[in-house]
Amino acid sequence: MEVIHTRIWQEQAEPDNAFAALSCHCHGYDVYGELLAQASWIEYLFLLFRGEAPTKQQARLLEGLAIALANPGPRDASVHAAMCGGVGGSTSASCLMAALAVGAGASGGAREVFNAMQDWQARGTELSMWQSGLAVKPVNDPADVWPVAGHPAGFDPYGVRCTTPVLQTLAHLAALDCAPSLSWLQDNRAALEIAAGLPLAMLGVAAAALRDLGCTPEQGEMLHLMLRLPGAAAHALEQRDTGYKNFPFFQIELENDPGPTGSNNSQAIKSVVEKTV
Amino acid sequence: MNGPQMLEEHVGKLVTSMGTFFPGERVVFRGHDLFASLNDMDWLQLYLFGITGRRYTQQQMRVLHVFWTHNSYPDARLWNNRVAALAGTARSTGALGIAAALAVSEAKIFGGASQLRSCEFLTRAKKMVDEGADLETLVRAEIKEKRGIGGYGRPIVPTDERIAPIMAIVREQGLENGPHLKLAFEVERILLQGRWRWHINSVGLAAALAADCGMSPKEFYLLSMPVFLAGMPPCYLDAAEKPEGHLFPLPCRMLSYEGVPCRSWHAAKSTVSPDE
Repeated sequence: MEVIHTRIWQEQAEPDNAFAALSCHCHGYDVYGELLAQASWIEYLFLLFRGEAPTKQQARLLEGLAIALANPGPRDASVHAAMCGGVGGSTSASCLMAALAVGAGASGGAREVFNAMQDWQARGTELSMWQSGLAVKPVNDPADVWPVAGHPAGFDPYGVRCTTPVLQTLAHLAALDCAPSLSWLQDNRAALEIAAGLPLAMLGVAAAALRDLGCTPEQGEMLHLMLRLPGAAAHALEQRDTGYKNFPFFQIELENDPGPTGSNNSQAIKSVVEKTV
Repeated sequence: MNGPQMLEEHVGKLVTSMGTFFPGERVVFRGHDLFASLNDMDWLQLYLFGITGRRYTQQQMRVLHVFWTHNSYPDARLWNNRVAALAGTARSTGALGIAAALAVSEAKIFGGASQLRSCEFLTRAKKMVDEGADLETLVRAEIKEKRGIGGYGRPIVPTDERIAPIMAIVREQGLENGPHLKLAFEVERILLQGRWRWHINSVGLAAALAADCGMSPKEFYLLSMPVFLAGMPPCYLDAAEKPEGHLFPLPCRMLSYEGVPCRSWHAAKSTVSPDE
């Protein structure tokens, strides 16, 4: 019989129904018999990804990160995308899919977290390696589906200085006992920013926090996608109620307008198109 | 000019040559009136024009159409199609199921990533061979660096049933002598003679033909995005029209648990060190 192999989830069937679980264990812990009453949501989230119960410090770190990431605000591209779904009355799932698609990106999204965590894997806490790495402009790989960002991962491409929320988040999370990468990042932020020529971004803090939580870059990417969804959902719902007439539509300046059909310009372009066939 | 000043220049407006619509009047598509100078295009021609800004010959279009028709299998077992079908059995919407299925098609071992890798390799290899490089050396180097070559081999079976029917149409349209296509089959010969035994698959064939049509790897990647699309609605509909939950139901016994044995959360939390 074909089966699904899993190290995460164990079920025992109800005696009278093979399709209903009598018990569910997550990494060995009884979900409805024990976790439901005794674990917090953040502890359960950590358990799902890491396979072990978090220490109190780890739970606090993940909880702090979750709060910091929960709502990047309506100016963020991923939330903007979710609002585009909300304002037109698109399905709730499509709003979140829009937020995920945009929030996945290598510039300001989960792929940037993935790339930053790979940098952590390669450079650790060797400042000289970070400095030499940050001095190299990211190169586009034409064989990769991910377009390259124009800036080093974890830094703000349009920042002037490290913003107050980023500093507040870094200070709060780095103070926890289980955060050596964050602590190192706080100590060396100025040197890293000089090397990058850009200020540290929230994504850079998130990457260090996820590393301190023991996540792989793949786990970090996935968690970052998930943790930013609450704000996207709330803002999509808000715009659904606010309505499209109160949502920016913006202006387009067309560089090559052929003009209304029948004009001389339009006829000339039609002729050019036909000649290329 | 610093970062915020650069962004400030773009607030509230988009400067573009890709197009816009004038409500109640007309649509401009890459500099052309959609309802006038592009009025003769079918959907695929317009899709390609949107990607490349170019038109293609009738022979090229016939072959490019085959990429779509010959890659759309209404088989709900296939991972991307299964997403559409699961959406149907779960009574989700068609758009959600098919959009998710299309997104899932951007996979490493099939679809999006392999399409891009394949076209990038073939166009790069063609250029390097033209400059005097040895193709077999390039193939070996690619495999050593990337542990494979996009467009060759398949995850489930070694051969590709699409090659013969697609090549029949390619020959019918007189496009069988394109330089990238020839190189693609030369790569296959090298792979079959070596220890790899990888046949060209439909991605490799499509990548070569697209390159012979003058497309870049990125253009080919975008062109290829809907290639599985036509197979998805049948999977969705079939599941949606059958009783809910009937698609590949999973009894508890189909979960093969391979993790740690049962343990106590209370015990785990009470053994943490006092300073925590």
